[in-house]
Amino acid sequence: MRKILRNLARLPLTEPAPRPDEAALAEIAKRVDAAARRRLGRSLSIREVDAGSCNGCELEIHALNNAFYDLERFGLRFVASPRHADVLMVTGPVTKNMREALERTYNATPDPKWVVAVGDCARNGGIFAESYAVVGGVDRVVPVDLHIGGCPPRPIDLLKGLLALLEARPAAAK
Amino acid sequence: MSALTDRIEGRRVEGHRPWPRVIVRENAWRTAAELLAAGQATLLSLWGDINKVHMALLDESSGEKIVVTLECPDRQFPSVAAHHLPAQRLERAIRDLYGLEPVGPGDDRPWLNLGFWGVMHPLGDRRQSPVACKPYAFLPVEGENLHQIPVGPVHAGIIEPGHFRFTANGETIVRLEERLGYVHKGIDSLMSGADLERGAKLAARVSGDSTVAYAIAFAQAVEAALQMQIPARAVYLRALMAELERMANHFGDIGAICNDASFAIMHAHCGILRERTLRAADACFGHRLMMDCVVPGGVARDLFPNAAEQVRALLQIVRASFPQIVELYENTASLQDRTATTGILKPDLARRFGAGGYVGRASGRAFDARRPGYAPYDELTFDIPVLDAGDVDARIWIRIREVEQSLSLVEQILQRLPAGDLRAAIPEMGAPCDGVALVEGFRGDVLAWIRIEDNHIGRCHLRDPSWFQWPLLEAVIEGNIVADFPLCNKSFNCSYSGHDL
Repeated sequence: MRKILRNLARLPLTEPAPRPDEAALAEIAKRVDAAARRRLGRSLSIREVDAGSCNGCELEIHALNNAFYDLERFGLRFVASPRHADVLMVTGPVTKNMREALERTYNATPDPKWVVAVGDCARNGGIFAESYAVVGGVDRVVPVDLHIGGCPPRPIDLLKGLLALLEARPAAAK
Repeated sequence: MSALTDRIEGRRVEGHRPWPRVIVRENAWRTAAELLAAGQATLLSLWGDINKVHMALLDESSGEKIVVTLECPDRQFPSVAAHHLPAQRLERAIRDLYGLEPVGPGDDRPWLNLGFWGVMHPLGDRRQSPVACKPYAFLPVEGENLHQIPVGPVHAGIIEPGHFRFTANGETIVRLEERLGYVHKGIDSLMSGADLERGAKLAARVSGDSTVAYAIAFAQAVEAALQMQIPARAVYLRALMAELERMANHFGDIGAICNDASFAIMHAHCGILRERTLRAADACFGHRLMMDCVVPGGVARDLFPNAAEQVRALLQIVRASFPQIVELYENTASLQDRTATTGILKPDLARRFGAGGYVGRASGRAFDARRPGYAPYDELTFDIPVLDAGDVDARIWIRIREVEQSLSLVEQILQRLPAGDLRAAIPEMGAPCDGVALVEGFRGDVLAWIRIEDNHIGRCHLRDPSWFQWPLLEAVIEGNIVADFPLCNKSFNCSYSGHDL
């Protein structure tokens, strides 16, 4: 058992593979780290809300937690309740059936708070925009501070977006 | 036993491919429902249309499939669910979307319509209706010392929304009732009138985790309707994508199930393999989930140069590390304690509901749409792992075995990958035509049915495997403790978006 664990521990967990996007990741990771420290003292809690997505965005948001992206090393972490959150990360075209749930989640999040809309559908409803069952983009329901585009956005784009959020709101973060 | 076409009398429809479609009268519709109830046929799907309903049936012993259509000008049809319960939610969805009424004892509560659309029967007579969210009548529960735990639609993790209403006696769950529909996006209505290109994009976004499976199912249905032959290279590249998608999802699931038993190390290691698989997919096709890479007529793009090498490197890494991860799972008693004998799905129930994927195959239902199925799987060697235990542990083991099979399939695909064209041109079509396909995604069989009129989509129905798995989750959780629900739920990993459409 111990041997297995030791062998497993030897896997190259966080070693960046020699590929160009790895280099970009390292660079962004450094910037996110510095900004997060400066503004938040190493802590920012994110509550993810799927307001109607196809679950593609969720898969890539999940990936932020894997050993390659390891979001928590920047002090950014996903929390289970909007009451604990600083940031709502919202995906999907907002469906009419999810509108109220999104509003309530937003209202349950204490100030100061920021909303990040993730994915092309979250911007304006995307491919689902004209449907009777869809409200549209996230900003039709709650104020949005930042859009991260993509279908779905790659984890590295999500990291870039979080960096942009951290750098773009000096007034709010005292 | 005689063929379904002999037992269900009706008028054969021309231009429906590759399975026959028959238009029947009410008594033959009932006969079909009785065949389902008697276990002589499996329900593949049941869906509405303008003043008609269709149902797809499978004879599992012969592999025969058939689509049965009933015209219902007076906007009602004999309920299939009155004979065969797995049809119930599909009928409730038909009522919500088309306003066609299933006649018979059943459940008259809405299913996808939660009262917020501002319109009734959006695909039928489309009546305006005030937005009025009536309280939903959950099934009554009576008994001493029972309490209820409402969960969702917004859950605690990074997952899709849905509502679960637990009734528990102490820690033991006596009933779970699901309420879904929160991510209903109206995909059926967006499909109608769309061109094939847009239709393919919509199909690829029904359930993002199965985007390849949906894209293949949609494309196969279109190709069947238009009687197209697609290039051999495209067939193989599709299979490569499908197996990479299967592996990535199984890695994610195996880890996530163990994580729900607080065994995070499995999650971490499986997450690494999942990420590596997505990166290999990206290296091959330029998109981590391979979205929009399969299109009607073939595939949108060829493998990037040297991509095959990266896939081989992935296989090597997985072959080296996955057995150790499996060994860790197998040798951790505390983890096994949580997964073994938890959430047991009885084989009889799996058969009755036609449960696809690992849910069915962990409970003795040896069905896999790839066999006998579609190219190129007839030219490839693979096993379909089946277990009988039906518990969380068995659903993990089916995934483990399927990863192993996919590794071998990917290897075979790379070896045999033919050269040549990627895409056949879509022919101009004359008369309206219908196509249908059944494709094995990681979660189970995805059904796609399409009618093409004037080079546009008249109606397209996509049925996620989750339709027949969600109800079973309600059944397996009974008698388990509340803390084991996440394990059971994750071991099913049903799609909300795929179900809600």
